[in-house]
Amino acid sequence: MTAYLDIANLSVALRRGGRLLRSVSLRVEPGEVHALVGESGAGKSMIARAVFGILPNAVKIIEGDVTLAGESLTAMPEGARRLFIGKRAAFIPQDPLTALNPSKRIEQQICDRLVHILGLSRKDAHARALALLGEVKITSPERVMRLYPHELSGGMRQRVLIAAAFAAEPRLIVADEPTTALDVTVQKQILGLIADMQARHGTALLFVTHNLGVVAKLCQTASVLYAGKVVEQASVQQLFSKPQHAYTRALMAATPRYDRPEESLKPASPELIAALAREVADTDAAWAKEHQHA
Amino acid sequence: MAEARVIRVRTGPRLWLSGAWLTIIALLAILAPLITPHDPLAQDLMLGKLPPAWVTGAEPGYLFGTDSLGRDVLSRLISATRPALIVAIGAGLSACILGSILGLLAGFFGGWTDRVISRIVDIWMAFPPVLLSILLVAFLNPSLQSVIIAIAIIDWTRFCRVVRAETMQQRHMEYVESARAMGRTRFATLLREVLPNVLPAIIVLLSLEMGIAVIVEAILSYVNLSVSTDQATWGSMIAEGRGIIYQAWWVLLFPMIALFLTVLAFSQFGEGLKERFDPVLR
Repeated sequence: MTAYLDIANLSVALRRGGRLLRSVSLRVEPGEVHALVGESGAGKSMIARAVFGILPNAVKIIEGDVTLAGESLTAMPEGARRLFIGKRAAFIPQDPLTALNPSKRIEQQICDRLVHILGLSRKDAHARALALLGEVKITSPERVMRLYPHELSGGMRQRVLIAAAFAAEPRLIVADEPTTALDVTVQKQILGLIADMQARHGTALLFVTHNLGVVAKLCQTASVLYAGKVVEQASVQQLFSKPQHAYTRALMAATPRYDRPEESLKPASPELIAALAREVADTDAAWAKEHQHA
Repeated sequence: MAEARVIRVRTGPRLWLSGAWLTIIALLAILAPLITPHDPLAQDLMLGKLPPAWVTGAEPGYLFGTDSLGRDVLSRLISATRPALIVAIGAGLSACILGSILGLLAGFFGGWTDRVISRIVDIWMAFPPVLLSILLVAFLNPSLQSVIIAIAIIDWTRFCRVVRAETMQQRHMEYVESARAMGRTRFATLLREVLPNVLPAIIVLLSLEMGIAVIVEAILSYVNLSVSTDQATWGSMIAEGRGIIYQAWWVLLFPMIALFLTVLAFSQFGEGLKERFDPVLR
């Protein structure tokens, strides 16, 4: 089966300095939900940005390839690539407070996307946007269309962002910790909504998160990231029943269990941290050796 | 409902009062030749230094009195709205467009673009502005056009700095990333997503700059470096009035009031517009 998104051996580095992503490979099959798990700073968001070619200025891809729908993005010229990605993939950013343009009404934000990507007329875009807002369970979509982002709650904004992401029927959605900025009750609703929309549209989803509970519920496969390196990659079932890597086990031990409140959380042991640092150093050494001749 | 009413009370008078004054000034400027009671340039030495109508010794028909050459102060005041407005709009817009474009580019693209533009701004701002404008106008030959050019060349930095800072702030918002992720070019993102968020600041600044331009024109007129003497300006009236302040205070006072109110109205108008129309503040 060909993967819809295929990241192969991707290394990303600061323009001056070390690697932030260390030869990352991951595949997302059509319609699959793939979790990208790791602690802050592990490079999860960096992968998401690399897919869209919106890495920060100070960062560049030094090695590897990103393939979307069978076409290599790294080989594609800039102009063609932008449209190619825009048509096939969408991005749900982390912070719904700044992810909507504060000076534009909701209607305009969704319609702009439909007009830009699908080339719809304003009238068709309007009808479509209304339907989308209904689909993400926004009551009185007519009214919400006319509002500015600051007039909506965080949960409502995230619903709007989800509607916008699914608007042009992309085959892949990259969600960068879409619930982190929301409070717990709203998180649950939004997760349910994303799962629901994903199932209904059959969209592949790359779900960036540090919440293992979400992974168990929502995803089929997962990549565990540490310091820009994929330390474990497995189906979610396998990951939870037989975690292979010590880091994955530590990550699970650091997740609160509502069913076992008497168990205290276990922080990563110093031995584990040292072992991880060694592993990363070894990877870098091997990589440097390999690239000496090039 | 109650909240909306409070906001109206707060923004109302500022916007409407300043707007009304600017409308009056604009109408006077357009209709100047038709409504001046006397020829603003006609001299009558027999009628020199006539006081305003409500002071003893006044002549009927000269509401604000006459200057030392017997020219009607009211007519000169009205006729001077024209150069003042032309300079306000011409210089304000030129400085605004030049400065905003450079500020947007510097703030959005950062890196070398930003470094080069910011250094130019730093160097520019080290020149004393009034002296520089006097030099520039003297060099370009005094005329309304060179006054406009001089103000634009000096004051674009004001826009550049503010717009750059605002743009930098917006650049890191996630909506910019979203726009790029859906396939907008950097340039289209700048124009369609970032610019609307920077626009309120630009409008406030533009309005402020128009007021400043009026003052600078008055300063240049004061040192006799603006338009030729056959066009009355508030600055040249103030300059003439200064010499005879003990005999005819009205020659100085009325153009000063006109200048003051106009500059104040420009600055308040910008703030009022922002309060009224900025969706984030509203």
